Amino acid sequence: MNEQQGSSGPVRHHVPDYRYHTLVVTVENKSGVLARLAALFSRRGFNIESLAVAPTDDERFSRVTVVVDLESAPLEQIIKQLDKLINVVNIRELHPGHAVERELMIVTVAAGPDRRDELVEHLDRAGGKVLSVGADAMMLSLVGPPGRIDEFEELLGHFGIIELQRTGRVALANLDEDD
Amino acid sequence: MKMDGGQALIRALELEGVDVMFGLPGGAILPVYDPIIDSSIRHVLVRHEQGAGHMAEGYAHATGRPGVAMVTSGPGATNIVTPLCDAHLDSVPMVVVTGQVPYAAIGTDAFQECDTTGITQSVTKHNFLVSKAQDIPRTIKEAFHIATTGRPGPVLVDIPKDIVDPDNPRSALEWTDDVEMDLPGYNPRTEVDSAAVAEAADLIRAAERPVLYVGGGILKARAAEALRELAELTGIHVVTTLMARGAFPDSHDLCLGMPGMHGNFTAVTAMQESDLLIALGARFDDRVTGRLDGFAQGARIIHVDIDAAELGKVRRPDVAILGDCRVAIEALVSDLTSGGVGGADRDAWRSRVSGWQERFPLSYEQAGAGDELKPQMVIERLRDATPDDTIVASGVGQHQMWASQYWSFEHPYTWINSGGLGTMGFSIPAAIGAKAGCPDKMVWAVDGDGCFQMTAQELVTATVEKIPIKVALLNNSYLGMVRQWQEMFYDERYSEVFLSKDVPDYKGWAESMGCVAMRVDSPEEVDAAIAKANEVDDRPVVIDFRVTATENVYPMVPAGASNSELVVPPSQQDQRR
Repeated sequence: MNEQQGSSGPVRHHVPDYRYHTLVVTVENKSGVLARLAALFSRRGFNIESLAVAPTDDERFSRVTVVVDLESAPLEQIIKQLDKLINVVNIRELHPGHAVERELMIVTVAAGPDRRDELVEHLDRAGGKVLSVGADAMMLSLVGPPGRIDEFEELLGHFGIIELQRTGRVALANLDEDD
Repeated sequence: MKMDGGQALIRALELEGVDVMFGLPGGAILPVYDPIIDSSIRHVLVRHEQGAGHMAEGYAHATGRPGVAMVTSGPGATNIVTPLCDAHLDSVPMVVVTGQVPYAAIGTDAFQECDTTGITQSVTKHNFLVSKAQDIPRTIKEAFHIATTGRPGPVLVDIPKDIVDPDNPRSALEWTDDVEMDLPGYNPRTEVDSAAVAEAADLIRAAERPVLYVGGGILKARAAEALRELAELTGIHVVTTLMARGAFPDSHDLCLGMPGMHGNFTAVTAMQESDLLIALGARFDDRVTGRLDGFAQGARIIHVDIDAAELGKVRRPDVAILGDCRVAIEALVSDLTSGGVGGADRDAWRSRVSGWQERFPLSYEQAGAGDELKPQMVIERLRDATPDDTIVASGVGQHQMWASQYWSFEHPYTWINSGGLGTMGFSIPAAIGAKAGCPDKMVWAVDGDGCFQMTAQELVTATVEKIPIKVALLNNSYLGMVRQWQEMFYDERYSEVFLSKDVPDYKGWAESMGCVAMRVDSPEEVDAAIAKANEVDDRPVVIDFRVTATENVYPMVPAGASNSELVVPPSQQDQRR
């Protein structure tokens, strides 16, 4: 899920990393909690670059990976306001470069028989998979760091993107990092 | 023990020590009103749900205990949104119970259904939608815990009808006395970091121009006595913000009064010229700081707050102390007692401060013979004719500023107002709530005519429920504060601010609501009217003070200006260069 507020035009592509910071927020797995997070971001004018939510191994909790735009608010204030939400149990900051970040893209690309080989070559190099082949199009998937997905998405633009869906990033701290 | 949800809800409120609640029944909350008949809790039936919310706030302000209100779903819930927001901004502990349509009907646009938890999410500290009767006791316990601990605030509990309706099997539950709270994400911190305290104490020792900048958090932390000890130990002057009036006695030598947009010259200027601001439970509100980049530029900042998000939100502190204000002040006092208060030379500073006090006292032009009544004079006479532990509840506007300026607050919890949200109509219901919580104290509402017309119907509540508050209505026939801004900043182009001199007939209106009512037109009548009002103890009193319409509140920092650009009253303007 991608969510963006209060700015114009796509910001997802080719943005310098320092503007963004990843927070891993553990929340109680209760109805309405995501709405509270979203409302907080909206009310305080914090911009979200990406948001991914899923249950954890403990069914009482969910984990939210949220990429915040630090141009809209200082990180400290975002964390402190999040921490005030009663349903937020824990917030972990993942410093850029100290975390493994992954995103999944599924995309349908215009590619007739004459261009399939070329497309598959690019896909192999990027480490993606062919999910399905149609008469004039192919459906592909790619998992990787958000930057590599951006690059591949741009490359696919030369073929013609029919439909595209990205998950928003999930992240874990590098092994052997403190904290 | 077998119970139904409605009985369990009332039982849970009783266990929290609730002695009075304010509310108005309706369809969805009806089943909960039945067990109220058999409860020890006093229920005050209001005339509008907004009144219930402000009464709960007034009760909480005056007693320190959480205020409780109960209303029905839909319009009942939306009518109490304003008090929730008011309590949220002023950190008032309050628990509001709202009825909701049956759980299975939620989302179907049923009669009197609204998304109460969605609507109130951003104006509460937290809210709950209870889905099962068995969860009611635990949720009520959690609601009171959240409302009263950490930074206090309003908590709303939304109760679907089916889980409290004894005719519905979903309302059955097994009551147990020892329910455990389940709040894994809520751990308010009260203890303070001793290293930060030591650092703060060193700054205090070295400061030559320190000021204690005291906010409403002092009152929430029950820290007025500790504050006095700190001020007297160090000899540091104190300013009390609008939310902290009464936290330090106005008559004390070290008290400089209220800072901010309509603060007095010395309080505002001392902060501007300070080299160390010790902010205690204050949040650097724009009405206090004026233009931020022009605020107290030479001051280092010690900021004590129980809400981590306030530390550094507006102004970056040099020393941040997270925790309870009373605990922090006591730690500071202990450090400064054992380590000494330091030898900084503050003589020059003290003489500057007293120089400002002499040259720029609060002042207004007295009425001459035959002139109209001055609102400030009414406040002064009321102040002098009432016990010094009188509780004053104010509305919002010019009268609020005059009450804060010209009253002399000697005790904590004697001043109740809507600071953050600025809710017109606050005073009458807040005064009723305060009086319900403190029946032995005299409670005066200081109100304006614009405010009065917003919530006056609660005087019916006061009469019927025998809650004898007194109302000093400063009637200038205008939305006075807006009129003042139009005079000063809109070239005297008055747009939609004139109400009416004679409509409504306030005396007749108040009498029709069961009050003793008087009308005062001239300065000579003021004292007698107040004396008569003070003798009435069995019903509310309203005095319609017909005051001059053109009086302005001074001093004033124009919106967007720096505090150094404070405008003093015309009589003092020659002294400013």
